Parts: sequence; structure tokens; C-alpha cells
Amino acid sequence: MKNLDSVFAAYLIGWGVFFVFYLTIAKRTSDLRAEIDRLKSSLPRPK
Amino acid sequence: MAKRILLAAVAILLVIAAAYAAFFIAPEESTMHLIQRIFYFHVGSAWAGMDAFFVCFVANLLYVWKRQPRYDWLAVSAAEVGLVLTTVVLVTGPIWAHPVWGIWWTWDARLTSTFVLWLLYVSYLLLRTLVEEQDRRALLSSLFGIFAFLDVPLVFGAIRWWRTQHPSPVILGGEGSGLEPTMKKVLFFSVFAMHVLAAFLIVERYILEKMKNEVDVLQREAEAE
Repeated sequence: MKNLDSVFAAYLIGWGVFFVFYLTIAKRTSDLRAEIDRLKSSLPRPK
Repeated sequence: MAKRILLAAVAILLVIAAAYAAFFIAPEESTMHLIQRIFYFHVGSAWAGMDAFFVCFVANLLYVWKRQPRYDWLAVSAAEVGLVLTTVVLVTGPIWAHPVWGIWWTWDARLTSTFVLWLLYVSYLLLRTLVEEQDRRALLSSLFGIFAFLDVPLVFGAIRWWRTQHPSPVILGGEGSGLEPTMKKVLFFSVFAMHVLAAFLIVERYILEKMKNEVDVLQREAEAE
């Protein structure tokens, strides 16, 4: 099983990069959703 | 929302299945043995990355032509996802190269043009942070994005036009190239899985960009009050 550690490293680092990228999108989306709710509540409601 | 969750589930399952196929279905390559199994993940990421940059390029052209913000949102989303995929390519490549070539990196035409491509799209994203005005930012980055895409054909052609340390193409490589049939199936399945993952990430990133625009509109409304 020569190079098994390298193969696992390649797959784990690759998946890690995708996972971290997705987490940053989810975090930014959640922050923006909160900001949208705050702005909407601060604006007067249309009659 | 249900469609997004479904797309996420399909993408995750496909990526896991592609890894399973790479480890347990693809036959062992006779000279490189186990380390060759990085190839399926590496090429799948590279192919999906190039296609993400192509989506960015088309969206850039459409923005320059129609000046609709949604094309700019799509362009930046695809550029970011393409950059992430290319980062994976630039990480997995050297991990494969070190045991096979005895070196992590060499400045041959394929590796250099891929690294330049990565730098171009980092610059594309940096450029967007430097221009405040929305329409100006969209136009300037679209023009830069069209220019940046010119490197993609170079990356594709580098191993076809010049002698490189990087292996010769196994797909569309002309006479003498090719893959063992099971390896080919596993490769195409990996490429498909990475495309579904890329599509999911682009959709998520596009929604984020759309929300940013909504915040801008609401902020302007709040200031006008």
C-alpha cells in the first residue's frame, strides 16, 4: 500500500477545500439574511 | 429551498460514489499503482474548473452586451467556484507528482499556464473589491474576465502543442492516447460528479450575490427615507 497516505491526503485536502468554501458561502448567506431582515424591519411598511 | 437541498444531496452522493469508484472499481495502473487514483479527482476537478470559467466567460460577454446585473452575479459566482476547483487541481497535482516525478513542481507549459490561470482569477476577484460603483465594477470585471479566459485554451493545448513534464492527454489526445475502458468510465463518472458539485456551489454562490444586491437596494431605500 505504498503512497496510501498521499492518496488520502489529496482526497481529504480537496474535500476540505470544498467544505470550507461551502461553509463561507453559508456563513455569508446567513449574515446577509439577518441584514435583510434588519433593513426590512427598519423601513416603514408600504400602506 | 427543497431543490437546493436535493441538489446538495445529489452532489454529495455523487462525489462519494466517484471516490468509491476511483478506489475500488478502477483497475490499478501498472506502473504508478495506488498513487494513480488521484488522477480521477484531479482531472474531474480540472474539467469542472475549466467549465466554471467558461460559464464565467459567457456571463461576462452577456453582461457587456446586455448590462443586466444577473449576468455579473453569475460571472462572479462561476469565477469563485472555478478558482476553488483550480486550487484543488494545484494541490492534488503536486501530491501525485512528488512520488511519481520525484519533484513537487516544475515550470512546464501545463503547470505554468494553470498557475497563471489561478492568478488571473484571483486578480479578477481582487479587482471587484477595488471598484465601489456597482455598474463600473461589473463592466471592468467583465472585460477582465473575458481577457482572463484566454488562458483556458492555452491550459488545454499546453500538453498537446508542447513537450511537457505533465503527462500527455488521455482524452482528445489523438492517435496513441486513451484509457483502459473501466478507467475511462470511472473518469467520466468523476468528471460528472465534479460538475454536479460545481453546479451546486455556483447556485449557492449566485443566491448569495443576489442577496448582496437586495441589501444594497434596501440600504439605498433606508438612506432615502
